[in-house]
Amino acid sequence: MRERNRELLALIPASLLVTAGFAGVFIQRSNALSNVSLTYGAIFLGLCVAGHVFIRATLPHADPYLFPLAAVLASFGIVMIYRIDSTQARLQAQWFVLGLILFAATIVIFRDYRKLERYRYLIMAVSLVLLVLPRLPGIGYSANGAYLGVRIPGLFVFQPPEFAKIGLVVFLASYLRDTRQVLVMGARRIAGITLPPLKYFGPVLLIWGLAMGILVVLSDIGSSVMFYGALLAMLYVATNRVSFVVIGLIAAAIGFWYLGTHITHVHARIETWLHPFNATLYHAPLGSYQIANSVFAQAAGGMFGQGFGQAVLTIPGGGPLLPAPQTDMIYAVITDELGLFGAAAVLLTYLLFIWRGFKVAMLARDSFSTLLATGLTAMFALQVFVIVGGVTRVIPLTGVTLPFISYGGSSILANFVLLALILLVSDRARRPA
Amino acid sequence: MNVPIIRLFALTVALFAVLLIWTSRWTVFDAKSLNNNALNSRTLIDELKIKRGRILADDGSVLAKSVPAVAHTWKRTYPTGPLFAQAVGYSIATQGRSAGLERSRGNELRGLQSGLSSVFGQTSSQRVGDDVYTTLDPKAQQVAVQQLSGQAGSVVALNPKTGAVKVMYANPSYNDNNVDAPGVSTFNRATQASYPPGSTFKVVTDTAAIDSGKYAPDSTVNGNSPINVSGVPLSNDGNQSWGPQSLTTALTYSINTIWAQVAESVGRTTMTNYMRRFGFYARPPLDYPPDELNPSQPWTPTKPSRPYPPASPSEDIGRIGIGQGGLLVTPLQMAMVASAVANGGKLMVPHFTSRVVDQTGRTVETIKPSVYSQVMKQSVAGEITQMMRNVVEEGTGTPAQLGGISVAGKTGTASIGPANSNLNQPWFIGFAPVENPTVAVAVTVDQSQGGFGGTIAAPIAKAVIQTLLSGGQ
Repeated sequence: MRERNRELLALIPASLLVTAGFAGVFIQRSNALSNVSLTYGAIFLGLCVAGHVFIRATLPHADPYLFPLAAVLASFGIVMIYRIDSTQARLQAQWFVLGLILFAATIVIFRDYRKLERYRYLIMAVSLVLLVLPRLPGIGYSANGAYLGVRIPGLFVFQPPEFAKIGLVVFLASYLRDTRQVLVMGARRIAGITLPPLKYFGPVLLIWGLAMGILVVLSDIGSSVMFYGALLAMLYVATNRVSFVVIGLIAAAIGFWYLGTHITHVHARIETWLHPFNATLYHAPLGSYQIANSVFAQAAGGMFGQGFGQAVLTIPGGGPLLPAPQTDMIYAVITDELGLFGAAAVLLTYLLFIWRGFKVAMLARDSFSTLLATGLTAMFALQVFVIVGGVTRVIPLTGVTLPFISYGGSSILANFVLLALILLVSDRARRPA
Repeated sequence: MNVPIIRLFALTVALFAVLLIWTSRWTVFDAKSLNNNALNSRTLIDELKIKRGRILADDGSVLAKSVPAVAHTWKRTYPTGPLFAQAVGYSIATQGRSAGLERSRGNELRGLQSGLSSVFGQTSSQRVGDDVYTTLDPKAQQVAVQQLSGQAGSVVALNPKTGAVKVMYANPSYNDNNVDAPGVSTFNRATQASYPPGSTFKVVTDTAAIDSGKYAPDSTVNGNSPINVSGVPLSNDGNQSWGPQSLTTALTYSINTIWAQVAESVGRTTMTNYMRRFGFYARPPLDYPPDELNPSQPWTPTKPSRPYPPASPSEDIGRIGIGQGGLLVTPLQMAMVASAVANGGKLMVPHFTSRVVDQTGRTVETIKPSVYSQVMKQSVAGEITQMMRNVVEEGTGTPAQLGGISVAGKTGTASIGPANSNLNQPWFIGFAPVENPTVAVAVTVDQSQGGFGGTIAAPIAKAVIQTLLSGGQ
């Protein structure tokens, strides 16, 4: 039970953070500290303790740090969103509760998560359907030229790729568990390069096609990079063959280069990435306004930030200065207000989460568990890299959420499912024989 | 399968390091250029949210204040409008434009001058700037406007003891509440115009002559007309030949030929030396934006684009000595000349601002009088004062006489326009009371058909001096 006590203790900083954060926002808003900040902190602590008690009961051996780290990120996210738009923070808190419920449900339903393997082709098919949903006329919608979600008017807005990413990792983990031996043993060395047997490499090529398809059909660079990156990570861990990864990267590079120059939306994104301060691009619709202002916001933050609640997000009497501050651009807002140091702290928290995730993968006793934990962690890491890299202009900007921090129901729910699966793997791995 | 996972984590760390490097690139290394990027509207928006401090006149009346605009922003309004537009200037934060004191005292008005308030500014959502108190005198300024009565020209009045600017008005002015109205010019003749100083410059020549020891007030020089100056004949007003006259008489009646000879005899180097002490050839050290302050400059009619530099052997020092060629000045500069003589030869640095007061009423900055230069010996200043007093009492400047208060002055009537056009630029510089001068003025009117310094400019100066003296200062 020592793990669980450590988990409980680790939740304290998360609650302090949310209390202090709300207190900061209230002081900034009204120059008065109200006890509402304590209420928020208490409610949040209560929710986390409930989650903790549930883990204590169902997964007593699971990694003690993952849940508190997710709680720190989520609490920080709620404070940031509250500071940007208090209505959305209330919604996000509701999503957080729903996320915890889904988290519990996942743990109960998939207690023996290895039965997922039985449904791997069904899971893959469902994932593919989820992926194309945003393109379906009537319910699909696009943002900034990319098809990112589904909207049923009056009912809900839903981003299926958030869930498809988990399904795909489950499928690949199962598939690679079966074929990893053959992929390695059946490999031929041709002209000094180790090539995998084509027959078993088929599904891998399928993923390559899928990544390209996402670009062509959905114009979604972010999801494309995430899926393909996760595939390569899992392939590498499954086979320990760098040559496979290199071949994969070359294939992706060719595909991305071709599509980058031929798909208008993708090409436009690359142009705005390369020339954000070009005045024509800046003022063009779907131009570089967003990325340029993302960088301006970070510059305004400097080393230590302008202070909580000090970032300028709207033009007085006009529109948004920084579009989508609570979703895609939340990292820019964090940097604006808390500076390079605040941003580094956020990145470090993610890195700790990823480290624990990979640790779970290493401790797992069977290949499917290892590959599942690896794939989920890699997908999580890639999602952080894609959005933070986009916001900081390392790569072209695409709209994915910053896990646990950004506003978004689908994102919170999917990430709680992801966390539940990693904890399930962890519990089994660390369970005394 | 553990080794690949460790490598995978190492790759993740590397990728996150890239994210951090790029974040520091924007937040630290490129921050300055990004903050100054023309597309970046953040600085401008920040400006809009600052409630700038007020600008006040000497008597406490408000010359500029901030009023609420849309969405927690502020805009400037100028209750006195054209009366003080040139001195106060304007600030249009939405366009990032400002002028006058609004610009030169921008940091104080935005509350940036003290480290303390910028630290606390972080926690307060509203930034409030400090109030700037000026030395400007609204009553005298109003008199200057009335006296100019629409003629293009300038009035500048200083307190010679402190350098405080009491009056600065130039016609035409503009309404700083509506800078972008068609036909508006923000040009400030008092600090930006280039005029020939005319005979008012003889005060400078007189100072150089006596302070250098070459002449005394009773030294006599032949005042016949015309004489040859730099190969070109120079004549007195009405081509009158005065014969031998003392310098006192020469100043009283503004005898050109005498002062041209004196200037030539004092020499270019000494003349230039004294001119620099008076502030000529340098930007005046006024708390006003540098690009709205013109230094007095050499001017050569035959090669206007590249005039002879000061003290150059080709310079026509005789004509510079009578203010009629070779030099262009601002009204502010000529007020500084009067001020230096008035203050016992000590020229004070001119300034608009007396103090800066924060929102709690604490004075955060007091502008103390400071010396620009000791132009001449105090005894010489006394001699020049007596000579200038004669000008007003019996010479060309009699219209500046004030009953009961003695005034010292010098008129100027610069010929402008084509020869024999009779188009003049009247000037008057002076100060009062002679015994203990507290007001020094320079007045000029751009154009007058046949008018003189004594008839056009001196009455304006008189009215302004009278108002300032009755103000009890």
